[in-house]
Formats: sequence, C-alpha cells, structure tokens
Amino acid sequence: MSDLADSISVVIVTPAGTRDEYNVTHLRAPGVEGDFGVLPGHLPFMTILRVGAFYLDSDQGRQVWATSGGFVEVLGDRITILAETAEMSDRIDLDRAESARERALGRLSEGTADLDIARARLALARSLNRIKVAHEVQDG
Amino acid sequence: MASLKLIRRRIIGVRNTAQITRAMKMVAAARLRRAQENMEKARPYAWKLREVIASLAYRTAHEQHPLLDVREPQRIGIVTVTSDRGLCGSFNINICRSTQKVITEFPDRDVELFTIGKKGQDFFSKRGAKIFHYYPGVFQELEFSQAAAVGSEIVEKYDSGGFDRIYLVYNEFKNVVQQRIITEQLLPIEPQSVMTAGSSNIDYIYEPDPRGVLDKLLPMHVNMQLWRVMLESYAAEQAARMTAMDSATENAEELVAELTLQFNKARQAAITTEIGEIVGGAEALK
Repeated sequence: MSDLADSISVVIVTPAGTRDEYNVTHLRAPGVEGDFGVLPGHLPFMTILRVGAFYLDSDQGRQVWATSGGFVEVLGDRITILAETAEMSDRIDLDRAESARERALGRLSEGTADLDIARARLALARSLNRIKVAHEVQDG
Repeated sequence: MASLKLIRRRIIGVRNTAQITRAMKMVAAARLRRAQENMEKARPYAWKLREVIASLAYRTAHEQHPLLDVREPQRIGIVTVTSDRGLCGSFNINICRSTQKVITEFPDRDVELFTIGKKGQDFFSKRGAKIFHYYPGVFQELEFSQAAAVGSEIVEKYDSGGFDRIYLVYNEFKNVVQQRIITEQLLPIEPQSVMTAGSSNIDYIYEPDPRGVLDKLLPMHVNMQLWRVMLESYAAEQAARMTAMDSATENAEELVAELTLQFNKARQAAITTEIGEIVGGAEALK
C-alpha cells in the first residue's frame, strides 16, 4: 500500500471564521452513532457530529478540540470538519463555560416552558463538554 | 439681526454637534470594517454547507423533507431585522414599511413577527402587530450562537406545524453607500437556493444514511442563513450610519459658515454704527 499517503489534512471550518488546516495521522471524532476514527486512505465518508471532543494525532502529538456539533466529510486525503463551534483545548474560555453552565443549571431548576428546558439542556451539554475538554488536557 | 452673543453661542453649539457626528461616523466606519471581515469569514463555511446539501438533496427524495415541503400558508412568520440604535437615516423605517407590505399581502392569514433589533420591536409593538418573539441584544454581542438560537426556535416552530411559511426582511449590504431591502423566503427552503452547485457523484458512506445527514444539515443551513442576514444587516446599518453622519457633519459645517458670515456682518454693522456715532458726535462739537 505504498501509494497511500501517511497523513491526511484536516480542515476545520466554522461560521465564526476559524479556518485551520493540520496534517494528521489519525482523527478521532464524535459521530452521532458513536466515536469513529479516520486513518489515511479512508473511503469517502460523511457523518454528523454530536457535542463532544475530537482528537487530531500527528507527529507533534495530540490536539484536542471541543465542538458543539457539526458535520464531517472524508474525501481522498482530506477531511473537512464543518462545526458550528470548534475550539482547541487551550483556547477554551473556561470562565465563560463555567458561567454558561451556571446559567443553564439555573434555568433548568426554574423549570419553565418545554422549549426553554430543551435549550437549557443543550447549553448545559455544550458548556460541560468545553469544561471537560479543557480539563482533560490540563490534567494530562 | 440677532445679537453677536447669540450668534456666537449658536456657532459653538453647531461646532460641537459636528464634532460628535464626525466621531460617530468614524466609529461606524471602524465597525463596518469589522462587520465586513466577519462576512468574509463566514463564507467558506456557507459554501461548503451549500455544496454538501446540494449533493445530498440530489440523491434523496427531498420532497418529503419537512423543511422543503411546501404547505398552504395559514400561519406566516416574518423575521424582521432592524437595528438597536437610530441615527442611521432611513435604515429602520424602510424595513418596517417593507414588513408591513408583506403583512398586507396576506390579509386573511395569521401573520406573526420574529423581531431582531430594538427599532423594529418598538415600531411594531406600538402599532399592535402580533409579535411572536423578540430577540433582544443580538447586535450587542454578534455571535453565531445568537443565529443558532433564533434558527433552532424557528425550525422547531416550523417543524411542529406552528408556521407554514417564514419570510426574512432585512437590509442587504450592497456597498458603503447603498443598502437594499431584501424580502426572501426562509422556510420552506426553496430547492433551487441549495441546488445551485454542481452535484458530485462520489459514493460516500453515510452515517446514519443520506436522509439522516440531510435532516441535520438543513437546520444548519437555516442557522447559517440567519447568521448571514445578521451580518449583512449589521454591516448595512453601519454603512447607513456612516452616510447619515457624514451628511450631518457636512450640514453642520455649512451652517457654521453661514452663521460666521452672519456674525461678521453683525460685527461690521456694529462697528459702522459706532464710527457713525463718533463722527456724528465730533461733528456736533465743531
């Protein structure tokens, strides 16, 4: 299999304008049907991301990103991640995530309309995910 | 003729106003630049999303998707995007008028508003229009999450059958001196709006399946539309304010010139009178 490249480029695109490109040897991402991994030479693949973390492994080590959902396309030696939000672990604003968590918990305990509850739950999941990803890296 | 003191006081007042309008113009110019950068940044995401939806819509029976399904409009929602602040010329009033025009197009239907921007909210709540939801403070912290919040509520209301059609009324940023009012349909998504890109024929593995992926992508498309509209409107608002403040500054400068002329005339008249009086007095002593 010498014709396969030993790395894939990952492009991360968000509506807020993050547009980062990395060369990785392995990607692990949170799909709606469970986490999945992509190695060089993967078949064309498309799926939806849920709230969670994705991992970019390269020679330089591992990067962890928090995402609040989106979409992944694997095509050839290129992976495109379209995420509504995506932050690298060391760029996460922990204070902000903490206050978002407090807010969401407060709203849940008040217990108003169904729609607000659903929204608060989502907000809670997003903030918890950010906090988790930030700590995961800090703690090694 | 007004007294010298009065004219001088007015000149100082008008100059101060000009200073403020000039500063506001510069602030608007700086914000406009940032808004344009944001619009630029949002583009790659929008393109990619559109491309993928196009190829998915091509391979699934999209007629059956609720967000693409055209229903007889009984209950209509209008998302009307104005600004939070004034002093931007006819920016807001034009939007309000266009929104009213859309409302009158459906005289015997139930039309409700989703207002973004304080000016539109004030206008329509005063006139007793039915406001379904007001989203305050969107432009104070313009972030994608704001668009996502509005989008998910609208999609949910549409999906559950609460609304049969959703329109958007907003100012498009054409260039610095021109804004254009756009009325467009947000939901149901018009297939041609997402079917423009050439559909690829690569055989992907879909998880869970093409339909499942499309189901998730269409709401993302709606969020993106709203985000684009918010950015457009914000940029257009800043451009409108720039133009308005520029002409205000110009008018103030004209007024200062006019007043200065008046002031000098009054001053000269006073001097002439004084000389006349002195000469007259000296003449009388002879």
